[in-house]
Amino acid sequence: MVGVLTAVGFASVYISRKAHVSAASLTYAVFFFALYLVAHVVARFTVPNADPYLLPIAGLLTAVGLTEIYRLGPSNAFKQGLWVVIGVAVFSVALLLLRHDYRVLENYKYLFGLGAIALLFMPLLPGIGQTVNGARLWIHFGGLQFQPGELGKIALIVFLAAYLREKREVLAQGRVKDWGPLLVIWGGAMLVLFATDDLGSALLYYGIFLAILYAATARVKFVAAFIGLFLVGSAAVYQGTPHVRERVINWIHPWTSHKVYCALTGQMAFRQDCASYQEVQSLYSIAHGGYGGTGLGSGVFTTPQGHPLIPYLSTDFIYSALAQELGLIGAAALLLVYMVFSLRGFRVSLAANDGFSKLLAAGLTFGFALQTFVIVGGILRVIPLTGITLPFVSYGGSSVVANFLVVAGLMLVSNRANTP
Amino acid sequence: MNNQLTRLALVAVIMLTALIVATTYWQSWAAGSLAARQDNAVELVSQFQVARGLILASNGKTVLAANKPLKKNGQTFYFRKYPLHGFAAQTLGYSTSALSQTGLEESLNDYLTGATTNLSNAIQRTLDRLGGGTVHGDNVVLTINAGAQQLAQQLLGDRCGAVVAMNPRTGAIYVMASSPTFDNNLILQPGGYAKVLKIKGACGDASALVNLTTDGLFTPGSTFKMVTAAAALDSGAFTPTSRFNDPGYCVEYGKHVSNAGNPDQRGAETYGNVTLAQGFQHSINSVFCNVGKQIGGETILKYAKKFGFYSTPPLETPANQRLPSGLYHDVKGRPELWYPKSENEIDPGRLAFGQFNMVATPLQMLLVAATVANGGVVPRPYIVDRVIGHDGSIVSRTRASDLGRAIKPQTAADLNQMMQLVVQAGTGTAAQIPGVAVAGKTGTAETGINNVYTAWFVCFAPADNPQVAVAVVLEKQLNGFGGSVSAPIAKQILEKLLHR
Repeated sequence: MVGVLTAVGFASVYISRKAHVSAASLTYAVFFFALYLVAHVVARFTVPNADPYLLPIAGLLTAVGLTEIYRLGPSNAFKQGLWVVIGVAVFSVALLLLRHDYRVLENYKYLFGLGAIALLFMPLLPGIGQTVNGARLWIHFGGLQFQPGELGKIALIVFLAAYLREKREVLAQGRVKDWGPLLVIWGGAMLVLFATDDLGSALLYYGIFLAILYAATARVKFVAAFIGLFLVGSAAVYQGTPHVRERVINWIHPWTSHKVYCALTGQMAFRQDCASYQEVQSLYSIAHGGYGGTGLGSGVFTTPQGHPLIPYLSTDFIYSALAQELGLIGAAALLLVYMVFSLRGFRVSLAANDGFSKLLAAGLTFGFALQTFVIVGGILRVIPLTGITLPFVSYGGSSVVANFLVVAGLMLVSNRANTP
Repeated sequence: MNNQLTRLALVAVIMLTALIVATTYWQSWAAGSLAARQDNAVELVSQFQVARGLILASNGKTVLAANKPLKKNGQTFYFRKYPLHGFAAQTLGYSTSALSQTGLEESLNDYLTGATTNLSNAIQRTLDRLGGGTVHGDNVVLTINAGAQQLAQQLLGDRCGAVVAMNPRTGAIYVMASSPTFDNNLILQPGGYAKVLKIKGACGDASALVNLTTDGLFTPGSTFKMVTAAAALDSGAFTPTSRFNDPGYCVEYGKHVSNAGNPDQRGAETYGNVTLAQGFQHSINSVFCNVGKQIGGETILKYAKKFGFYSTPPLETPANQRLPSGLYHDVKGRPELWYPKSENEIDPGRLAFGQFNMVATPLQMLLVAATVANGGVVPRPYIVDRVIGHDGSIVSRTRASDLGRAIKPQTAADLNQMMQLVVQAGTGTAAQIPGVAVAGKTGTAETGINNVYTAWFVCFAPADNPQVAVAVVLEKQLNGFGGSVSAPIAKQILEKLLHR
């Protein structure tokens, strides 16, 4: 409980620093604090024995994200605030509905599997589908945009955990026919992801699948086989898709000393001024932060005329904004918070009593850590950049809702394990 | 199952640790080199929040570049303004948020933004930053003489060419004028850059953005005879009194190389029996053609190298705005610096009088004259006299130094005498100043178009105690010779700088 209090204190202090920017931001702080209390009270009543760190950490990360989004564009912060409300509501409903035994989900595993594909497929439907930034990942109803793939991820984790819990022994022994449903659903998801050009999610789903498969079967050769398949598939995709090739080239050679063909303008230009502009400027933003950062609100993100220097700063690239304003000290602290959350998640998984709970918690946690790695690693040039949100921090409604579901899932599992 | 879960947790920890390591790399190890990149828009914009240092002329008073503060979105940005509209435009360059930087604004950026400074200013700067106050850069005082620079620009007018002047003892640059030129303030206006690109000058094909003094390559013509004469004397092969017979031509590869092709050598085309000094005085091609044949092209190039050819002259302007002089040849349609592998690749006779693919920047030819004036030691050119912190303390001061000895003191003395003859009673009489001994050399290089020449004059004065060296080049002069069009400009610059 002490942990809860300190984390809440930190979160609220953090939020109140915005008071330097404008008085209106204080209402955000109060509002956010109230919202957090609601989530906390619901959790206290529904899952009293759950891990006490998960919700405060989620609150802290959400607060950091909301603060930075507010700093980058106050109007976005309002929308993000609305999504946090929806996220907390979904979190509360999930806890209330599943507080007795979430393992009923196992009975609907195929529904979850097909649901995942359906969710992923939705943006391709005419009418509600929407193309943003070259990828068709969004659907919209009313004034709100939604990326159903984020929820698809959770549905797929539920399916994988349930299916592999049931079939893990026979799969480990190598019975071929049991691979059928697994490969159909997982393969279907991968196909849709490629059809929508959602490379970041494809990478994430692949990693989650491998992690759960390994946890369930303990067969290193399966992992090796799928990594081999991944390499072959990547090579094929690299050859076949110019889009992917460009990402890899931008990753290896973001700077050129001579002008190369620029597909955006059709003219010759340095790659750093064209294809890799976003990556390169984002690295400059991070480097500008140095050890101590520029301080919140003092970072450089626009030209003196007010034009943004880095596109998609508050969504995919929010880490480079945070790293500039918080510096190495703040950015490293933020990453350590992600690490603490991941370790708590794995602790929940280790403490769980049954296979489904273990696999579910491990899948959700590994997915959380891998998603962080895919986007931040992409920004930091550790791996090629693929657009995906930074959990809890990035601007984006579906991401917030999905991440609150992850917390709900982990809290349900830990509550069950800790209940005597 | 717990073993596998522990391993997965380990993978997650490794991934997140990798992110911390990578962040540390970019924010500490790589931060400096990223900040130095020209395409770094973040750094560029953040620099506009610094009250950039002033750029001042040599008197420490005349302001060449100042600031214009502008408040936007609650933050103050400092934009540049150039009070003397177009003063040494290419040398000063510009600093804009949209078009990055050029000239001294680019190369002195670290001083002007206060990134490189002394301890007391660094502490003040950090306090300013933490306190939310304005961060001030350092002021830079140049060696440029405001009056002489303005005179040079005025004398050039819209003719394409360059004037560069220096103190031959120290290497301090007094004048760095390139024409056509532009108003740096125009660059900061919307659409201004396109307007500047349209400026072509009287020659019709020059770019106002190019600093011809260091970035323009011209056929040196007869001014190169300074190098050939230096090689001839210094190697001991000839003395100023060595005798030549000038039949009006020189025989190379069994063919005549005629003096008539040398428009510099006005007057009699055939001089008959002359000394080397007279050959220099009247710029007789056949004399130098024979010198070249005897000492060889390799010897000439060896001496050219000692004068600084074949290396980019040091200066505080950006390296990409300076070119090395020397022989150039075409490689796939692009001129490339070329050093012949053996003697038989060189035409020594034509090289001796500055033709045969030899090209040089005005600064390089100035360095040749300055070396003669400086007793044979090549001065190291510099344009920044001192950097002054916001608190008034001196952050750095340039010490005069040299680039090594090119020729013996006696060779320099002999050449000095020969160059005085040029002005006293040779091709450069237009540069005479009453009461002051001027040493000079004309050059009138063919351009490939009849009667259109590249006109040079390179000189220094007073010859017995040199204080100023000047190089003038004018492009595409119809019937304009080095002695007739360039020498008068050089003379006026000398007078201005010598306070005559």
